[in-house]
Amino acid sequence: MIKLENIHKTYVLDNHQKVEALKGIDLNINKGEIFGVIGLSGAGKSTLIRLINMLETPTEGRVIIDGEDITDYKEVKLRKVRKSIGMIFQQFNLLSSKTVFENVAFPLELDNTYSKEEIENRVTELLTMVGLEDKAEVYPAQLSGGQKQRVGIARALATNPKILLCDEATSALDPKTTSSILKLLCELRDKLSLTIVIITHQLEVIKECCDRVAVIDGGLISEMGNTMDLFANPQKDLTKRLVSAVVRKDLNDLLEYTKLEPEYFEGGKAWFELLFKGDKATDPVLVEVATLLNLKISIMGGQINHIQNEPLGIMVVAVEGSKQMIEKAFEEFQKRVYKVKLVGYAE
Amino acid sequence: MIEFFLSLGFTPYISKITALLLEGTFDTFYMVFLATAISIIFGVPLGVILLITSKGYFYENTYFYNVLGTIVNALRSIPFIILMVAIIPLTKFLVGTSIGTTAAIVPLTVSTIPFLARLVETSLRTVPYGLVEAAQSMGTSPFKIIKKVLLPEALPELIQNFTLTVIVIIGCSAMAGTIGGGGLGDIAIRYGYQRFQVEIMIATVIILILMVQLTQVLGDYLTKKVDHR
Ligand SMILES: Nc1ncnc2c1ncn2[C@@H]1O[C@H](COP(=O)(O)OP(=O)(O)OP(=O)(O)O)[C@@H](O)[C@H]1O
Ligand SMILES: [Mg+2]
Repeated sequence: MIKLENIHKTYVLDNHQKVEALKGIDLNINKGEIFGVIGLSGAGKSTLIRLINMLETPTEGRVIIDGEDITDYKEVKLRKVRKSIGMIFQQFNLLSSKTVFENVAFPLELDNTYSKEEIENRVTELLTMVGLEDKAEVYPAQLSGGQKQRVGIARALATNPKILLCDEATSALDPKTTSSILKLLCELRDKLSLTIVIITHQLEVIKECCDRVAVIDGGLISEMGNTMDLFANPQKDLTKRLVSAVVRKDLNDLLEYTKLEPEYFEGGKAWFELLFKGDKATDPVLVEVATLLNLKISIMGGQINHIQNEPLGIMVVAVEGSKQMIEKAFEEFQKRVYKVKLVGYAE
Repeated sequence: MIEFFLSLGFTPYISKITALLLEGTFDTFYMVFLATAISIIFGVPLGVILLITSKGYFYENTYFYNVLGTIVNALRSIPFIILMVAIIPLTKFLVGTSIGTTAAIVPLTVSTIPFLARLVETSLRTVPYGLVEAAQSMGTSPFKIIKKVLLPEALPELIQNFTLTVIVIIGCSAMAGTIGGGGLGDIAIRYGYQRFQVEIMIATVIILILMVQLTQVLGDYLTKKVDHR
């Protein structure tokens, strides 16, 4: 649906200095997919998403939307393409001089193809879809952030686009509102078979609703894959760091403040980190291993995240026993969980 | 007109002053109204052109913007009284005479247009650029962005600046009176200054203050009415 081929983007500043924002991006986003792009500030995320509707023109490479190469399109032709690509923004960008109704009607009134009645019906339908049917006559200033973004979504979808671009669309919202907006996006994807691109620096956003993710770093895609795979099995340091900050939020502290020795010592307990994924996450692994080897296992900490409605759990357990028994326990864990790691030994 | 008021049967002196002041007020209204209207007709498009040719906007053209900007600034920096004398040939060409209220409208607009153009440019610049981008992302043409996004969104600022413009024109129109422009300034000079009729001078000043005050109140009211932020 969206294909970027070898995209380079270089900005030339006033003092003739060059900023290479993107250095060769290849990306293929499928129809009906919610695709996330995550990266640190300045990585080139906004530049990337703005290339999809050609608000920025690439210095090199091709932009292909639904099989149509739009890279060389001029203004008039681009405007047509843009009508099939909706966009929402961090700052909402609603017109303060217009009511909610008028804001949503704005894209419909641009070309005189709709009658007044058609516009009215369409706007009402859209506002109902985003749950704001009672706010039609209100001005944006009187709405909360979440409501403003709902208006933004209704406006972006007014002309029935196939693609919805979201540039940090939830970054100005609190976690609960973020969640509700993301749920709405998920629903709309299913209902309207939209293709959605979400740009964010918050991994929580990716966790909640993306099918696939690209991690972008220094203008290049450093890692890309299924959301679950990326969370369960990150490859690059940056990804590991980002993932760890979310998935092991509570555990990082625990491991940091516990004195762990790298070598086995008499009377020490072995600390294991167990990673559970998918259906296996609900198996009674600890009880099984404890009974099998007749070991004492204590739970030190744990955290379960839901990624695309699949659980991904991390648990830290301490196992008491001889060196041999600990090795046996490691093997048994390995058979039963997604990943196991011996982090050290403690009193 | 004076004859008409005289016929109303006031004591001759009072009624003469009243008639004089009424006529002056009417003349000032006439000058201010037309000068404002013409200034807006030319100043708003000029301000829009300045904005859209500036850096980052649709028709970015640094050379054009700088040239136009310099002309605008140059015109703005000429003191009104000097401009008025300097463009007498232009005034004569356009109106046929350089004396009287209609003639005064020419220098008033010539000095106000660049002033207003800059104010319009600044007003439009207060509209967050994100709104322009949002409109662009919906496939809006530059013309429609100006008409449906920039101008309506900047309306509160624009009204404030129109108000300011009217007040400046009121002041300048009084100045225009000194070289035969007509209106309240003319009366103040001829009667108050040259014939030492202080009461007439005071009366004209009071009327001018009231006009300015009224303009400001009306401007503030309208601004509040269109501002939904
Ligand atoms: N219009 C521009 N002119 C010059 N440089 C730019 C422009 N836009 C972006 N850049 C530069 O390109 C790089 C990438 O910017 P971009 O806005 O895409 O990053 P981002 O990943 O969206 O960051 P953030 O999370 O802070 O929004 C940065 O170094 C930035 O300074
Ligand atoms: Mg950004």
